[in-house]
Amino acid sequence: MIELRRGAGAYICGEESAMIESIEGKRGEPRMRPPYIAQVGLFGRPTLEHNFETLYWVRDIVQRGPQWFSTYGRHDRKGLRSFSVSGRVKSPGVKLAPAGITIQELIDEYCGGMQAGHSFYGYLPGGASGGILPASMNTIPLDFDTLQPYGCFIGSAAVVVFSDHDKARDAALNVMRFFEHESCGQCTPCRVGTSKAAQLMQVPKWDQSTLEDLSTVMVDASICGLGQAAPNPIRCVTKYFPQEIA
Amino acid sequence: MNAPVNPNELELQTVEFKLDGKAIVAYEGETILKAAKRHGVDIPHLCFKDGYRPDGNCRACVVEINGERTLAPSCCRSATAGMEVKANSERALKSQKLVLEMLLSDMPDEGYKWVGDSDAERQQHQHGELSEWASRLDVQVRPELKALRRHQPQADLSHPAMAVNLDACIQCNRCVRACREEQVNDVIGYAMRGAHSEIVFDLSDPMGLSTCVACGECVQACPTGALMPKTHMGSQAVDRKVDSVCPFCGVGCQITYNVKDEQIVSVDGRDGPANHSRLCVKGRFGFDYVHNPQRLTKPLIRKPGIKKDEGSIEAAGKNPNDWKEVFREASWEEALDLAAGKLKGLRDQYGKKSLAGFGSAKGSNEEAYLFQKLVRTGFGSNNVDHCTRLCHASSVAALLEGVGSGAVSNQVNDIEHSGLIMVIGSNPTANHPVAATWMKNAAKNGTKIVLADPRITDIGKYAWRTLQFKPDTDVAMLNAMIYTVIEEGLCDQEFVKNRASNFEALKENIKGYSPEAMAPICGIPAERLREVAREFAKSKASMILWGMGVSQHVHGTDNARCLIALVSITGQIGKPGSGLHPLRGQNNVQGASDAGLIPMMFPNYQRVDNPDAHDWFEKFWNTPLDKKPGYTVVEIMHKITAPDSDPDKVRGMYIMGENPAMSDPDLNHARHALVSLDHLVVQDIFMTETAWLADVILPASAWPEKTGTVTNTDRMVQLGKRALSPPGDAKPDLWIIQELAKRIDLQWGYQGEECGVAEIYDEMRRAMHAAIQGITWERLQRESSVTYPCLSEDDPGQPIVFDQSFPTKDGRVKLVPADIIPANERPDETFPYVLITGRQLEHWHTGSMTRRASVLDAIEPMATASMCGADMTQLALKSGDVITIRSRRGEVVIHVRRDDGTPAGAIFMPFAYYEAAANLMTNPALDPFGKIPEFKYCAVAVTKGGKPAQFIGYELLVNDAMLIR
Repeated sequence: MIELRRGAGAYICGEESAMIESIEGKRGEPRMRPPYIAQVGLFGRPTLEHNFETLYWVRDIVQRGPQWFSTYGRHDRKGLRSFSVSGRVKSPGVKLAPAGITIQELIDEYCGGMQAGHSFYGYLPGGASGGILPASMNTIPLDFDTLQPYGCFIGSAAVVVFSDHDKARDAALNVMRFFEHESCGQCTPCRVGTSKAAQLMQVPKWDQSTLEDLSTVMVDASICGLGQAAPNPIRCVTKYFPQEIA
Repeated sequence: MNAPVNPNELELQTVEFKLDGKAIVAYEGETILKAAKRHGVDIPHLCFKDGYRPDGNCRACVVEINGERTLAPSCCRSATAGMEVKANSERALKSQKLVLEMLLSDMPDEGYKWVGDSDAERQQHQHGELSEWASRLDVQVRPELKALRRHQPQADLSHPAMAVNLDACIQCNRCVRACREEQVNDVIGYAMRGAHSEIVFDLSDPMGLSTCVACGECVQACPTGALMPKTHMGSQAVDRKVDSVCPFCGVGCQITYNVKDEQIVSVDGRDGPANHSRLCVKGRFGFDYVHNPQRLTKPLIRKPGIKKDEGSIEAAGKNPNDWKEVFREASWEEALDLAAGKLKGLRDQYGKKSLAGFGSAKGSNEEAYLFQKLVRTGFGSNNVDHCTRLCHASSVAALLEGVGSGAVSNQVNDIEHSGLIMVIGSNPTANHPVAATWMKNAAKNGTKIVLADPRITDIGKYAWRTLQFKPDTDVAMLNAMIYTVIEEGLCDQEFVKNRASNFEALKENIKGYSPEAMAPICGIPAERLREVAREFAKSKASMILWGMGVSQHVHGTDNARCLIALVSITGQIGKPGSGLHPLRGQNNVQGASDAGLIPMMFPNYQRVDNPDAHDWFEKFWNTPLDKKPGYTVVEIMHKITAPDSDPDKVRGMYIMGENPAMSDPDLNHARHALVSLDHLVVQDIFMTETAWLADVILPASAWPEKTGTVTNTDRMVQLGKRALSPPGDAKPDLWIIQELAKRIDLQWGYQGEECGVAEIYDEMRRAMHAAIQGITWERLQRESSVTYPCLSEDDPGQPIVFDQSFPTKDGRVKLVPADIIPANERPDETFPYVLITGRQLEHWHTGSMTRRASVLDAIEPMATASMCGADMTQLALKSGDVITIRSRRGEVVIHVRRDDGTPAGAIFMPFAYYEAAANLMTNPALDPFGKIPEFKYCAVAVTKGGKPAQFIGYELLVNDAMLIR
């Protein structure tokens, strides 16, 4: 039996334990772990929770075998990913592409290149939480565990491409405001941190000391991934686009 | 309950782990925070509150755990073997301090709660626990964050008792847990999201307009002062904190009085075994009656020639200026001489039976003991009684007959172990609020609550089944359940065979009481009756808790007999989570009865007509004693108006801390009786309706002004310490009783501080023989609360009784069959409604205390009667309309409020309002065994319209802060 439950659109309800809380009829607030949801999950039962992309491939993999899925991939990475590409490309959209593809390859081969009059300046490799990288770092394979050394991650592979018409700091502020809006409000680092950070990121010259302190406490002490990842845009802009915030 | 056989079972398992490099031993399951604290390491914490479920949201307690990517909340994490924790590492400290700084950055410039009076304190520590931790960790808010302080919410001062200043809120949600998980009132919620998160009352209503019941658990829980009691904001420094017990209901919550400048400024909950720091609105906010300007402060003597006027009770007597018309002030010498002298004179002229005394269920055990001793040895008869007569007298009659003891078999907190509890004829959320919180907690944990009551009250929200039976049909309903148990083979055969007697008679009698036959009588479908009976029998442990709905009927004893039979045939007694719990109303009604303040028994229920007991007490008190049981409360009223030829005619009375002119049934008659007395001495703290009719008034001490013990519904003897001195010339009750005793030639001579209370307690203990043998005064000083039976000093006290045998002659519970006896006065064409009297949360009984408490009066200032919407529609009534309720005995005019829990054909009234005194209408018909009047049922007419009696206030210290906006 398959039972469908609709969410009401809160980003935090994508967090696995917050989703469970929401399905149980409560506020979508992430739980303390341990216990992990594999031990105590939905209605107190051990729960397996995956996103739809994973579920989608299970059928093919079962039918065709795991080796089949591994025949796909680029730059020594395995499998297929659905990249949701948006931004300054000619044809944005959902692109089924080999895991490990680089951003440049993705733009050139799957998105028809940059829009006329726009030159590639930077990109978000993994949605709101995945960080921001400059165009100069366009040869990194996009996959799980390949972006961590750069302070980023692939997340849901929602890739946003921006150009010389844009500013990385604007993207970062946009993202921080998004987190501020979507924070469930349960824990101090995220509830207060995203709000204060968004305000600090509005001024031309960033208060890097305070922002770094806020980033530290958010990364180290937030209950869930939203708060823990929220500092990524700050740190990325500070590191890779310092000229914009000086 | 079996004691563990193996000592190993008693030892807690331990776990070894490392904290900041040091090896530490924690108990299995113990959190890092608690283990650290036990070893002297205080990790900062805000949302954690000991006793509450840890929530882990503030993140002030985060620590490093080796191998974990992020920091962990030490309040929520249990230590595991070999874990390496760092609470003081640079990384942990950085986050702990940043959390504190972030929270402080949003605090208002002026806070609401700090310890200490100095300017330095004001500057630094204005935000309660947040400031304390910030100070300890040397955290200041940097100007860059200060500049980003949030937009502050407006203050909400709409509640009379509590101030809501959410600019000081840190969203720790202690208050949410307090309201939803501790007291289970479900008023406070956490709403909105992210930085807009806020605590709200109901759907974001102002607190004063919400469904908040003012238990104050939230203000007690709030760490920063965002939620505060209005009477005690700002500096928390007080002159002294005095431990005592709440003076209102029988739950016996332990409290601490905060005294400053000889005034009680606030009351905190204390961690007593009955309440665990919880309180209700009366205990927490209803303390300032003690300081009401209408306190009696001087002895008063009726002016010569001024007649006692029962008609003026409502109109006058409230304004001290009116007293001068009727009474003159006197010295203690004169008043005591007159009081005792005239009583003695009546005794010598007309005989010992011409006097009677009403003691108090609100005083201490020592006062109750001395009072009955004075009546028995001084007046010379057993005409001593108190309001228990109007309360559980019928329950006690049935219990003494059936199980040999009138006290509860299991304590309220034992509900934790119940599979099912039946709450019958009781409204616990209103009358035993903290006990009700345990019920609600149990319900959330899976315990099934069966609410059996003609009125569906708030506890019904948590009930598995509600049996809204027709008023007066308890026996029909209960017999149907007993029938089911027997017919369906659900009896506990072993129990019936070995521990009960008279089963065959019960079985024979029950034959006519099938659920199918009883359903039309009691109004509950047969299948539902069977279902509840089955569940009751089968559950792992079933307890029955009951109140006045069972006892205050002419067949109250029969009602209780059925309850006893039901638990007995199902074996649901004598084990954890089971048994019989008549919820005791007054804070010391159990103790007063235990101390012998009743006409048929000496202390500890030794019958006055039992030769052994009689002889023992004659020796103990060194006086001849009357062998015959005395008259009960309502009977005394009849004896006052008896003809002169009656040798038992009562002519003189001494009333201490009782208000029969409001609490007796058929008030017109009762008041007339009081007026007819030759001599009435009233000892009280206020000019009550009864005092208004006195010849001599002796101003006494309120509960916070005395040291003494009280016994709650759970059989816990608890110590209250004196926090204040009585005002003006008012004196301690113990002193007054001893002074009167002197003047009727009793040589007592109790020595020691606080009027010799320790000596008096000890004498009472000896008089009670085994029951409280092990509870010495010294032990009470140390432990503050001890349960009885307590047979020796190292007996911890037995919370559960009857596990082996019953204190009856044969050691078995006697099953007594009951048949249907109708109420004394049924509705008819002229009086078609049933009047149900009772109480409400905010007001205590006759209202003498609570209507003079400013917060309680602000919340419920007006007398109201409740009817269901359907009946109101029939009478074309809107909520708030004025109605006249009339019985054969009297009438009141009152405002109606809508309550759909009240059944059609019935109207409910609390008896707390002198201007609309419910007992003007009630029926003095008595249960033949318990002698308790039928308060819960009489016939009335209800008509629209009428002119309400003038309400004269109690000169409350009302200021703007207390008005509901």
